[in-house]
Formats: sequence, structure tokens, C-alpha cells
Amino acid sequence: MSPSAREKLEQVTILFSGDSGDGMQLTGSQLTTTSAILGNDVSTLPDYPSEIRAPAGSVAGVSAFQLHFSQQEIHTPGDSPDVLVAMNPAALKTSLPRLLPHGILIIDQDAFTERNLAKAGYENNPLDDPELASRYQLHPVPATTLTLNALDQLDLKRTLKMRCKNFFTLGLVYWLYDRPLEQSQEWIERKFSRMPLVAEANRLALQAGYHYGETSAAFAVQWTVPGACNKAGSWRIINGNEAAALGFVTAAQLADKPLVYSSYPITPATDVLNHLSRWKHMNVRTIQTEDEIAAMGSAIGAAYGGAFSVTGTSGPGICLKSEAIGLAVMLELPLVILNVQRGGPSTGLPTKTEQADLLQAMYGRHGESPLPILAAASPGDCFDTVIEAFRIAVRHCTPVFVLSEGYLANGSEPWRIPALQDLEPIIVRHPVDPDGFQPYARDTTTLARPWVLPGTPGMEHCIGGLEKHPPTGAVSYAPEDHAAMCQLRADKVARVADFIPELQVDGPREATLLVLTWGGTCGAALTAVQHARQQGRSVAHAHLRYLNPFPRNMEELLARHEKVLIPELNAGQLALLVRGRYLVDAISFPKLRGQPFSVREIEARIEELLS
Amino acid sequence: MKREPGPVKLTRKDFATSQDVRWCPGCGNNAILAQMQKTLPELGIPRENIVIISGIGCSSRFPYYMNTYGIHSIHGRAPTLAMGLKAARPELQVWVVTGDGDGLAIGGNHLTHALRRNIDINILLFNNRIYGLTKGQYSPTSEIGTKTSSSPDGSIENPVNPVGIAIGSEASFIARTVDVFQKHMSMVLKRSADHRGAGLVEIAQNCIIFNDATWGHITAPDNRLDNVLYLEHGQPMRFGKEGEKGICLNGLRPEVVRVADVGAESLLVHDEQASEPTLAYLLSRMGPPDFPLPVGVFRAIDKPVYSQLLTEQVHQAQARTEADLEALFRQGETWIVP
Repeated sequence: MSPSAREKLEQVTILFSGDSGDGMQLTGSQLTTTSAILGNDVSTLPDYPSEIRAPAGSVAGVSAFQLHFSQQEIHTPGDSPDVLVAMNPAALKTSLPRLLPHGILIIDQDAFTERNLAKAGYENNPLDDPELASRYQLHPVPATTLTLNALDQLDLKRTLKMRCKNFFTLGLVYWLYDRPLEQSQEWIERKFSRMPLVAEANRLALQAGYHYGETSAAFAVQWTVPGACNKAGSWRIINGNEAAALGFVTAAQLADKPLVYSSYPITPATDVLNHLSRWKHMNVRTIQTEDEIAAMGSAIGAAYGGAFSVTGTSGPGICLKSEAIGLAVMLELPLVILNVQRGGPSTGLPTKTEQADLLQAMYGRHGESPLPILAAASPGDCFDTVIEAFRIAVRHCTPVFVLSEGYLANGSEPWRIPALQDLEPIIVRHPVDPDGFQPYARDTTTLARPWVLPGTPGMEHCIGGLEKHPPTGAVSYAPEDHAAMCQLRADKVARVADFIPELQVDGPREATLLVLTWGGTCGAALTAVQHARQQGRSVAHAHLRYLNPFPRNMEELLARHEKVLIPELNAGQLALLVRGRYLVDAISFPKLRGQPFSVREIEARIEELLS
Repeated sequence: MKREPGPVKLTRKDFATSQDVRWCPGCGNNAILAQMQKTLPELGIPRENIVIISGIGCSSRFPYYMNTYGIHSIHGRAPTLAMGLKAARPELQVWVVTGDGDGLAIGGNHLTHALRRNIDINILLFNNRIYGLTKGQYSPTSEIGTKTSSSPDGSIENPVNPVGIAIGSEASFIARTVDVFQKHMSMVLKRSADHRGAGLVEIAQNCIIFNDATWGHITAPDNRLDNVLYLEHGQPMRFGKEGEKGICLNGLRPEVVRVADVGAESLLVHDEQASEPTLAYLLSRMGPPDFPLPVGVFRAIDKPVYSQLLTEQVHQAQARTEADLEALFRQGETWIVP
């Protein structure tokens, strides 16, 4: 055994990169769970192609998983990785530019065959280039050979044995960062309970990787990242799509209502449908519709019937739903529309993240068609955001938009499991007294119309997409009725501001610069602002969960700061809204690369503005 | 105001609304409205448990004139709203009112899928073979050569056949009736209401302004009996003033025959419950000038119903697993920080 030194680190960012069939997402999520259980804070960024299996070994088929684990609280999956695990030449070619100088580079050298090198477009084997070893801490490991050797005694096909090399690599990383094997061993037991030989193979590969780290002279140092352990409670890892699905079920349960989820499969929102279709025991009904339009129509029908109704999709799906969303605005029915945004326009970047559908949510319908818009800030925050969306939908009898992002949907973080008693019930009222009933009568504080259910005797009525006479709801094209109804629909959404919290600012009240964010940009901005303040910069951060209406103290808050910077993954959509609404000379900081902001990018922009 | 449970005695008046009916005088829709208001009270279903959902077009004004629950939705999408409503409230009786443009052009996709899923709804498709509300453009059911404001030189599009679409969509109930056949329509509406699963009723309807007498060959009283074949389950297919004509099958081709020549026993016998829709398809292809137009129930079969299956899956899951939200939260690996 080599006498390895042990050194403490505060945080590590590691990038697993390999072929789509190499199991990189699994390897990454195993390390995530193990690190979280150890008490680290974690944040992940899966990055994979939209092709299910692009040609093996090709650059197009590279699937990557970035994990940031830390002793401290963290809010992003890390900027540049400290460690890159590259399973083949294509993965090296794709991911190497992101590795920090002198970072640890672990490579499965067995995969660097002439064929694979040619597929990746390498003329010469990069492992033979002395440059590589001088720029990085290069560790070529014969991972495939060592895996096969470890499984020598098992009566399994060679191809099945080869598949275990991701667990070999995981074992090696576990040793390198001093992580226990138990969690993954238990996972293997569970996952392959019906295939004991496959379970055994993966277990042996995991162990072999760990022992390789221990015995090989190549790794002189073993690192530890102590647990943070500063938040009491029960925890689990969650990604944004599962958090949203759980939030929908929870909202329905809090109101003692069935949940109807109508959806058409679309990346990156599909997993919400997949999760909910497995939770029928929670009184969940999922409808996989023939198209996006049908999903929205079905959501309206279910809401009309009194269910907690949701349709979930991604941007292109919203384009198709727009007409029916307009109908929902006109009918004034409570329901939630989830948009897990992806890069656009058109089919765009199905598996990459973007925040470019804010104006679509705000204005993407014909006519004056306002509705409340909320956006989630982190994977776990998707849970709270969708519950809040339902509270607003029901309280104001209106469709509500929730914006998530591919980055949040697939990214994961530790999530404190809520205690049921801490969740406030959602009160729903369905009037049953026909006396004086008018379909478009208004609640005086919320301006909600009554949510009357079919099946209620004596209150039969017809609602529709045509303009109405307030408050009877009878069809009317009278100029004064259209003006009044447009005003009422706008006022109703504006009144939501009376019920939502004021915007909080993290940082000094009189800071020169305010960094204003929405959606998944929160984490990088928050971290960048903290760093800048540690450097003595006069900067604060505020994050918007509510994008329509804006919190009631927005104007006053924006006026306090000399400069306002708005980083967002679009060409400046929130900046346009803020400038238009408050006449503030907000500085837009757009990014359109299919990737989230790095902390460094925002820090550099802050630096520019304040120096 | 809660009504006592039990059989409900309602009249035509109970289903009329105070809204002024704004269809053109002489429009076939008025006759359909009258039959619905007459037929619904005979079903014994409380008014509040009936929902009528429409799309856009002349036909789609229908729910405003029925004193039930109703939604006047958007173009072609009524079946999607009906699907969501039935998922949430399977006990309601849901009618979809659509037209040839609404149901077969812009909403063709939804119509097909609603029928395929066998959602327990009744789809009434008013077929006047024209776009009325936009003032007379050709529709998916307009015949080739139809001259309209958007086809001044005659339509060059092949028309679709609603019954054929329903057969291709595996509909469990398919029928056809005519706006002026009042008793027949009432019978067909009742059959549709009693059927469990998705039903399509094509109602041949006259647009007096833009496509007058499009169904004239079957509605004109003097030759109606020669041009219409009334389908009756288990009965030989006969038509004509004295029932003197009938339909025979020659190989795979139907033929019009004189009953006296072939004998009644040679005639095709209608079977609306046939396991395969072959006969219904043959019938759907029949029409003028060589054949009478079949009306009545083409097909009525028992098939698993979507909303029931959906509810059953929920109930089975509930019987298997306790509805424990906290357990759902704790799926996967969890850990405790003291």
C-alpha cells in the first residue's frame, strides 16, 4: 500500500465525461448521493446530447455530469472542474477545455484505440503528447482492463463486464475523495436484486476501483472534504422535475383535491409526467394527450370540473398552447402551466438550458391577456414554487405560469424533506347557493370570480371565449364592457401583489450595484455577489420569484441603487420589463450559450461595473 | 336548493335559456336545438349533471341556448376540454357540439383521438358542408367543384366522410341523422346518450344562407324514401316508398336491387354490433347518386371506456399503496442531520 497523504479541501468540482452508453449520469448521481449523505452540500449539472445513443465514441455522443460538493453552503454546480474523468477520446476532446489548469485528469487509457481516436478527430494520441502531462495532473488508468481482470471469475458476457467500468471509475474517485462505498453498494443490491451476477460484477468493479486508488503509486494524495452538517432535518437529493411533480401532488393534497396532469412528452419536461403517472395512489390522474394543444384543453376541462389541474411542457409546447391559455385567461379558471424552458427558438437545443420564455409567458397570447408568472430558483425550489402557484391560482381564480429551466429540471441538490404539519392547507371554495349567482361576480379583495362546479343544482351556466358583460358573463361586444373586462382581468392579476412577499435584498441597503435575477441564475449571482462583497465591493443581490406582478416594493428598491445589473439566459427580457415598467436604466447581461452562468462570469461583470 | 335524489322529471322548458337564439331563421341548427331540448328531459339525468362543450362556428353557439353547464371553447378543441373534464368528473354526462370545419379541419386530430380513446362523450357533428360563420367558404366535407367565396372556380379538394373517419378512429358508437328527421334524430340522440363510450353522431344540416339544399336529395319529402336507407339492427336493408328496393352484396360490392327480383332473404342484414367495422365501412361509402344515404346507427359496440379505466387505475393504486405524502417525499436515499 502506498503511503498516501491526506489533505483537506473545502470543495471539489468534478466532471464525469464519457460516451452516452458509459453510464456517466449514473456515476455522477452516485457520487452526489454519497457526498450528500456524508454531509457535503452538493449541486449538479447533467449535460447530455438529445440523441439517445449517438454513434459510440463520437463527439456528438458525449454525455457529461458535473458535480460540485462542498463543506460550505453552495448554490451552483461549480464553474470549472478541478477533476475530469474522461472515458474515451471524444469525452477528452469535448470536456478538456473546461478543466482548470493543473487539474486532475483521469483517463481510461484502454479506450484510446486508433478507432476511437479517429472518431474523436485526433490525428495523434493525445496521451503521447507530453504537453498534456505538463498542463494537468494526468492519470491514465487501464480502467477497462482492470475491470475485466476484477471480474475474471464471473460467468458473464464480456460486453456486460465492460459496462461495469463506470463503477470501477466511481470506486477510484471514492478513494480519491475518501468517500465510503456503502451507499453505492446498497444501491447496487437494490437495483440488481433480480440479477445477482450483475450486482456482484458491479460491486467487484466498485471495490477494484477503490483498491486501485489505494494501492497504485499514481495517486499520492487522498483528499477529504468534511461534511457541512449545519442544517438539521431529514434530507434527500432532488432534481427540479421531481420537485415540481412532488409540489403538484402536495398542492392537491393540501386542498384535498384530485390532481390531473395533462401533458405531451417533450424534453426536458417529460419526467414530470413520468413521475406523476407512478403516483396514482395519491389521487393523481395523468393524461398523455395527442398534442400540446390537447394537453392545455384538457387542463381547462379538468379545472372546470374542480380538479387541481396542470399542464407541463417546454417552450415549443407553450407556442402550441398559447390559444388555449388565452381561453383559460378568458374563462378565469384556476390551473397551472409549467414551462421547463430549453434553448430556442423552434426545436433549438432540446437538452440545453435557457431562460428565454419570460416574454412569451408575459405576452405570448393575442389580446390583453395577463396572468401571474412565477419562476423557480433552484431544483428544490420547484417544489415550493408550484405550491405557491396553486395558492395564487385558487385564490384569484386564474391560470398561473411557472417557469422552470432545463438546468433546474435535471440539476439536483439536497432537499430538506418538509414536515407535513408545516405545510399550510389550501382553502378552496365552490359556491353552491344559486341565489343571486352571477358567473363573473367578483370577490372584492382578490377580484376572483366564483369557481362553480358542474353538478351544482340551480347554477347551470355557460362560459366561453367571447367577451362578456361584467358581472353576468353574458356575451357582450359593447365597448364599455370590453374596456371594463380588460381592466378587471388586469387588476385581478395586479392584486396578486397584495398577497405576495416584498422583494428581499441580500446585501447593504445603500449598495452601489444591485444584481437582480430570476430563475436558475439565482445561485451563480448570489455566489458572485458574496465573493465581490468579500473583495470589498458595494454590491447587493435580489432574486425575483414573482415576475408578474412584480413585488410591490420593486420600484422603491430599484431606486435605492445607483446601478442595476440583470444577468439572464436570454437577450435581456427581464431587463426590458424592468426598464419599461420602472424607467430604470438597468444594465442587461445576456447569455445565450445553452449553459448556465458561471460564478466567474458574473463576478467579472460586477468587477467591471464597480471599478 | 338541493334536489332530492331519484328520477328527475324535467320538461323541454327546463332546458331552454333566456338567451335569444341568433341562428338564421330556417337554419337547421334550430331543429337540432329543439330535438335536444325535447330529448334531454327524457334521459332522467339532472340538468346540472349535463355539460355541453363546443368549439367555434355556427354550431358551437349551441351551449348558450341550453340550460345546462356549458363551455363555448375555441376552434376544434372541444373534445380536449371534454377529455379533461371526464378525467376529473367521470360521472357527468358530456356532449361535444361541433361542425364539419370545427371537428374535421382544425380539430380533426382531437376528434380522432377522442374517439380512439373511447372517452365517454357524445360528439354531435353538424355537417352543413360549408363554413357558415365566416360567410361561406368550402369545408372538409364540401364536394369537389363546390363554388364558394374562397373557391370561386370550384373546390378541388376531396371531401372526407365523418362516418369513415369515426370508423378509422375505432369509435364505439357511430350514427347519422338529418336535421329535419325530427323523430329519427331524437331516437339517435337517445341511443348516443345511452351508449357508454365515445359516440359520433353526424347530423346532416342545412345552411340556408351559404349552402342551401346541400342535403336536398334526402330531405325533399317527395323522394326522401327513395334516397334514404334507414338502418335498423337485425333488419334487412330496404328502402323506397313501398320498401320495394334493397341492398345486396355482390362480392365486396353493395348493389341496389329490387326486392321482388332477389327475395327479402337475400338482402344485407344490418348488424351494428359486428366485431369488425367492415359492414359499417361499406355503408359509410354509400350515397347518392348510386345509393341511398344510410341514416341511423352504423355501429354500437361495447369497449372499455377511457374515464372508467383511468379511475380504475387510480382505485387499484390506492388499494395497493396508502396515500402517504411523507412516504412519497422520502423516496430514494434519505439522511438525517441531527
